[in-house]
Amino acid sequence: MASKVAHAYYLDDEVLMDAVKACNVKHYHIEEVYTPFPVHGLDKLMGLPHTRLAICAFIYGLIGLTVAITMMNYIMIEDWPQNIGGKPSFSFLENLPAFVPIMFELTVFFAAHLMVITFYMRSRLWPFKKAENPNERTTDDLFCIELDASTAGEEELTSFFKATGAVEINFKNN
Amino acid sequence: MYTLTKNIKILPIVLMALGLIGMAIGFSSAPGSIEEVEQILASQHHGGHGEGHATKSHDTHDAHAKQGHGHEAHGTETHGKSHDTHGEDAHAAHEKHLHHVLHQLQNKPWAALYVAAFFFFMIALGVLVFYAIQFAAQAGWSPLLFRVMEAITAYLLPGGIIMFIILALSGFHMNHLFVWMDSEVVAHDELIQGKTGWLNVPFFLIRAALYLIAWNVYRHFAVKFSKKQDEEPNGNVWYKKSFKAAAVFLVVFIYTESMMSWDWIMSVDPHWFSTLFGWYVFASMFVSGITVIALITIYLKSKGYLPNVNNSHLHDLAKFMFGISIFWTYLWFSQFMLIWYSDIPEEVTYFVQRINDYTLPFFGMVALNLIFPLLVLMNSDFKRINWIIVLVGVVILVGHYIDIFNMIMPATVGGSWFIGLPEISAVLFFLGLFIFVVFKALTKEELEPSGNPYLGESKHFHY
Repeated sequence: MASKVAHAYYLDDEVLMDAVKACNVKHYHIEEVYTPFPVHGLDKLMGLPHTRLAICAFIYGLIGLTVAITMMNYIMIEDWPQNIGGKPSFSFLENLPAFVPIMFELTVFFAAHLMVITFYMRSRLWPFKKAENPNERTTDDLFCIELDASTAGEEELTSFFKATGAVEINFKNN
Repeated sequence: MYTLTKNIKILPIVLMALGLIGMAIGFSSAPGSIEEVEQILASQHHGGHGEGHATKSHDTHDAHAKQGHGHEAHGTETHGKSHDTHGEDAHAAHEKHLHHVLHQLQNKPWAALYVAAFFFFMIALGVLVFYAIQFAAQAGWSPLLFRVMEAITAYLLPGGIIMFIILALSGFHMNHLFVWMDSEVVAHDELIQGKTGWLNVPFFLIRAALYLIAWNVYRHFAVKFSKKQDEEPNGNVWYKKSFKAAAVFLVVFIYTESMMSWDWIMSVDPHWFSTLFGWYVFASMFVSGITVIALITIYLKSKGYLPNVNNSHLHDLAKFMFGISIFWTYLWFSQFMLIWYSDIPEEVTYFVQRINDYTLPFFGMVALNLIFPLLVLMNSDFKRINWIIVLVGVVILVGHYIDIFNMIMPATVGGSWFIGLPEISAVLFFLGLFIFVVFKALTKEELEPSGNPYLGESKHFHY
């Protein structure tokens, strides 16, 4: 973490995007950007690597599918075969259509829940965790760029942020 | 402005000519009498090749008799029974069988024509709905693609007229695609008798005309408003009219499309019914239409047109292809599972026949329409790669042709189906006509609309 950071606040996501572009041109090092909602294209501008969450989601989905197949096979075929609607359950394949909704649901369930848990773990979020954002207004209507201020002077950064349309600029020593 | 290249001028003419020749051969080689059918069956038995096919058609015939299914195509109760008591009049049963096959083979070129005509018609209709949704939703990403969509919907009028002509020819007994149009059949069939209030030829044709007029009227005004908006963009007067027209059309469409699917497709199996059939057909036309938009956009971009269309636009189209493929499967499976589970004879025969006689196309289309697009388009990056979109697009189009094939063929040609000369020729002919109409329409206007209020957003569309 940088010894000294600058927080520049913006009112609009398009203005923010332009400011991030300007920071890139100046080669300022952006530590983090806090936004009230996901801003399309911001990750690319910040040079963040592409998320690998999608790969996790696919694997979790496969796990869910496997669990569903194993579970239905055990419950409905092996352990206690039942005759439902004139369709005796002695073969998994012959009863497959009845199990498809469950297979689908568990695939989605596993993918969704495990993905959320993975996301929380990866973002280091857990219950009762203290918020990391510098100002709670970034959860409301403000966009904030957190910049490494150890390499450039305060006046230089202040005038730079003013020029990009920032409404408020703070400096903070860590 | 888009100008036709030489290849695009020649290609449709070649396709149409090949298609016409093939269809002419298909029609002229259909058997005219039961003697010819006997010869065909005999050659299938002893011909060495197609052995599996011959035995298959016999098996399926037995299956038909057991399920009382032949009765649907023939309308005679005695047909099914004659098999149970075949010790007494085996000869009569054989005669019946030959008659049965004769009707199927005579229907085959007509059914091939009908499937291909409907398939290309539904692409234009699917694109029209997609276009209307863009206006009703005031979508910001898509205006750059509006001219492509408008050009594809140009096929709605010629395609619709051809559909109406084929339906009218059925109504005048030139073919036997719709078994309920045969008064002889209806006289022996109580279930169809109960439906004659809806299923009678004059009302059927009046309805067909109404659907086609309604859709073409919207198409006419939608394209007109879109052009006017370019000429007089001030105040967005024409854009607002487009919005209102699209909203009204979408309401009208979902009713008329549903009824169209009962009339033009479901009624070939007049005993059978499914309440979500309209949605199911809609999913098919929607995904086929979106796929064609993507394919034509990629083609135009490869020729240097549509400079402002970027890979984010393609990404969105591919997302729709992916999503609606899954939506189609959801409806396909919902329809199948409820009928499979409840096992009511008049419903389940529909799927018994498809699974027994149409095993490969019935299950094959799930691979083409779900598994392939699902696995390939799941990756976000693949949705931006042209050749992958083209590959998946072609597979989706083939899959949905087979979907329509599975809807029409079992009731019209039964076990005598085969994707041969008549089917392929009909596809070639309508493909040629489709390309001819669509690309001609592309040359009529600037490819990029200039007056649409969301044009700026569409140009800067990035994801």
